[in-house]
Amino acid sequence: MSNEHQSTDHGSMKSYVTGLAISIVLTLVAFGVVTLGNFSTTAMALTISIAAIVQVLVQLILFMHLNVDDDGGWNVTSLAFAVVILVLVIAGSLWIMHHLHMNMM
Amino acid sequence: MATETLKQDDHHGEHEHHDTTGLKVFGFWIYLMSDLVIFGMLFATYAVLLRGTAGGPGPDDIVALPLIFVSTMLLLVSSFTFGVAMLAQQAGRKEKVLQWLAVTFALGLGFILLELYEFHHLISEGHGPGRSGFLSAFFTLVGTHGLHVTFGLIWIAIMFIQIRKRGLDDMTKPRMMCLSLFWHFLDIVWICVFSFVYLFGVMV
Repeated sequence: MSNEHQSTDHGSMKSYVTGLAISIVLTLVAFGVVTLGNFSTTAMALTISIAAIVQVLVQLILFMHLNVDDDGGWNVTSLAFAVVILVLVIAGSLWIMHHLHMNMM
Repeated sequence: MATETLKQDDHHGEHEHHDTTGLKVFGFWIYLMSDLVIFGMLFATYAVLLRGTAGGPGPDDIVALPLIFVSTMLLLVSSFTFGVAMLAQQAGRKEKVLQWLAVTFALGLGFILLELYEFHHLISEGHGPGRSGFLSAFFTLVGTHGLHVTFGLIWIAIMFIQIRKRGLDDMTKPRMMCLSLFWHFLDIVWICVFSFVYLFGVMV
């Protein structure tokens, strides 16, 4: 991410076009599975979730050029820390509120 | 990181801008991570309040999928066009950078106008944020993202003026790198919004 290593870090037209193409395909899959087919709820939820996660990773790597070599990997380290917090907050909230809901019934 | 900081202390002055680019961008990255946590909390709030509709409309009643599809494509393509602007910056082609910034701005503006139309439509039908806990969480989550995009548009407009006046120098280049990260980040957050708010909402 710093100016000195310009060779590969900032991507090329190819990486942006590839990222755009994969993102469009994944978006179409996610919208298509909801609007076109009549799949089971589980199948739809799984497809949408996987498409979303893959698209996030594709854009992190091909658009934002995230990699472990820059700045001694501190970008990835801070992202990993943020993801841990996210999992704790989201999964923890759902878990607690679900049990609260069950106990209130 | 420690060695880089030490190096800067040895010779401040004319090279300062160049040396601190990596640190500036990394600092901005840390801000983005804290922003990510904010969005994570809003997603958690939304998920918890999903069933708190208070007899009002649920997720499947308020989602207009064709509109969401168009705005998703607008933001995705704008993320791409910003990437092209960054390639033009590396090549040192100022005019190209300005052109692609303008395209990115137009696409982002289209996204925001669609979102304003959606919000206006919902509120005029009596489905405003005050209607239920679910709608409060919905407007807070989607609105916070929209607010970020709006600030991104203001920033793009400022960069357009600065680059036109100063060209691509040590001041504008690091700012463009931060702005590109910000813009791509907003598209990544939007992936989660359209997947887990709109598509999940229609599905259930």
